[in-house]
Amino acid sequence: MADAGIGLWGVPLAVLGGAVRVSTPFLFVSLGECLTERSGRINLGLEGTLVMGAMCAYGVSYLTGSPWLGVLAAGLSGVLMGGLHGTICGLPRVNDIAVGIALMLFGTGLAFYLGKPLIEPNARMLPAIDLGAWSDVPQVRAALKINALFVIGVVLAPLLLWALKSTRWGLILRTAGESADAARAMGYSVNAIRLRATMAGGFLAGVGGSFLSLYYPGSWNEGLSSGQGVTAVALVIFARWNPMLCFGASLLFGGAAALGPALQSIGVTQGYQLFNASPYILTLLIMIVTCSPKRTLVGAPAELSITK
Amino acid sequence: MAFGKNIGGAAEYVVIPALALLGALAAFGIFAALFGKDPIDLYFFMYQGAFGTWFSWQNTLTRAAPLILTALCTALPAQLGMVIIGGEGALLIGGLCATAAALVVQGAPPLLVDVAMAIAGMLAGGLWIALSGALRQFRGVNETISSLLLVYIALAVLNFLVEGPMRDPSSLNKPSTREIGAANMIGAIPGTDVHWGLVFGLVAAALAYVLIFHTTFGFAARIAGGNVRAARIVGLNVGRLVLIVCLLAGAAAGLAGMVEVAAVQGRANANLAVGYGFTGILVSFLARHNPLAIVPVAILLGGINASGGLLQRRLGLPDASVLVLQGMIFVSVLMSETLYGRFRIFARKEA
Repeated sequence: MADAGIGLWGVPLAVLGGAVRVSTPFLFVSLGECLTERSGRINLGLEGTLVMGAMCAYGVSYLTGSPWLGVLAAGLSGVLMGGLHGTICGLPRVNDIAVGIALMLFGTGLAFYLGKPLIEPNARMLPAIDLGAWSDVPQVRAALKINALFVIGVVLAPLLLWALKSTRWGLILRTAGESADAARAMGYSVNAIRLRATMAGGFLAGVGGSFLSLYYPGSWNEGLSSGQGVTAVALVIFARWNPMLCFGASLLFGGAAALGPALQSIGVTQGYQLFNASPYILTLLIMIVTCSPKRTLVGAPAELSITK
Repeated sequence: MAFGKNIGGAAEYVVIPALALLGALAAFGIFAALFGKDPIDLYFFMYQGAFGTWFSWQNTLTRAAPLILTALCTALPAQLGMVIIGGEGALLIGGLCATAAALVVQGAPPLLVDVAMAIAGMLAGGLWIALSGALRQFRGVNETISSLLLVYIALAVLNFLVEGPMRDPSSLNKPSTREIGAANMIGAIPGTDVHWGLVFGLVAAALAYVLIFHTTFGFAARIAGGNVRAARIVGLNVGRLVLIVCLLAGAAAGLAGMVEVAAVQGRANANLAVGYGFTGILVSFLARHNPLAIVPVAILLGGINASGGLLQRRLGLPDASVLVLQGMIFVSVLMSETLYGRFRIFARKEA
């Protein structure tokens, strides 16, 4: 009865619920990328890290029965990928964007290779927090099912903002991003700072990947990620390298990404494929509106090659 | 003396990528050994599957054809200092529009149909990448990210049209468009199973080489790629250069899509998205964005792709092992960038 009564209202509700659900990987990848870019380097390879994280999380959760160990493994795989990126970019005359493209392909390939045996079995999923238990309407209940990783992400965003702004290591990281010479003059190794920032960013991106395989869509297959990692990199630009704005932007993108499935769920059979592209179209439009050829972006780390 | 100097410089550009390639092959051997496969068997089957027999050579060359064209999609903008990685998107849109063109003029003589397909594919692919170029030129949007986003948008457009308005109702298992018709397929080069797409690729690579290194236009593009400010000071219209180069780059990838439809698939469906666009990026980087060097590198990578089937059957390696090797080659090639100018043997003699 309730199901029939809600009708078209199901779409905005599903988009809202979807915004929370689908935004989590965007949130983690963009926070990780934000950290890396603040240190003056761009890691385009987070798409590969995301897929690796999803595969590792699924495998470890399946083998140990603990999804949280899976999340940890996903983070650690991200640290390794980030370490690889940071080390290679530390060599003289190596371009960070090109290395990112290479690691995007390498990470996806490696994850597909290692993940072959994981397509069949079922792993333990991450728990959800039921905030909608008061409601009788199943759609409301579904929309208010908040996953634990989202909550962690919500806490992490302001924490990261504070850490970048007010702590010693945050200041050092930003110095490396604004002026490598200044950081060097203070006696810090710019490469070492950026390596650590890329590894930390990789950890977060890997955790974002674990969400894909252990919560939503909640399985491991080769079509699991389709560009969320890339979108998140663009999202950081839109969020002006501010972790709190990354959070808001992730919600927006999550809502856009939930539009296609929401339309499908109310019986739209034609054209939903186009709505599946809405996060990418939205990203492009936002970049068109917010970028400018005449000035560098407000808030952009001065050492970043992508905005130069 | 000048001759010796040139040889030294050129040798460096051959030896260092070759070393990088060997390094990646060694790493892949170790990787396979970790999974209990004999590296010697691995290299043997890779060679067999890629270049061991006339049959595998033909398979390799068939795969090299689209790789040459998609590699040009990265190599041409690279002359201007742009990193375009959206060849896959231009390939998909090119293949889709070529199919649409063929279905519109279906009754016409085959040659006319093929010409219409090529024009439609190149135009669509060209405009697709020119969009990235225009966004970079007029809005300052990073072309690497925008071209990659356009890949996902192209995929959505392809899925939408193939599953919706353009779907052939009789294609039950895999949604596809109607077939372009056997008469309209571009056939094989006489005496081989390799389709004419390879010749398209070779001609495109040669034209791109002439354009970049032997015309004023190419010279201007390389100046703008080296130093935009200097290019503006000498009065070059950088925006026009960017747009034309991106248009040509996308046209090459769009032609790859047309070739895949007209020579292999016979119709447009999700089979077009097998990653030729992404492998093309690697080909271009490995060839140091030189249009002539792209040809042998594309054949090499086509061979690696072709050997995937044999590795799967004989060694039980998953099909993704080719992707792993490609990733290793890419990483290794970029790392080798740091070696240039470090070997005394290649050092240019100073007066």
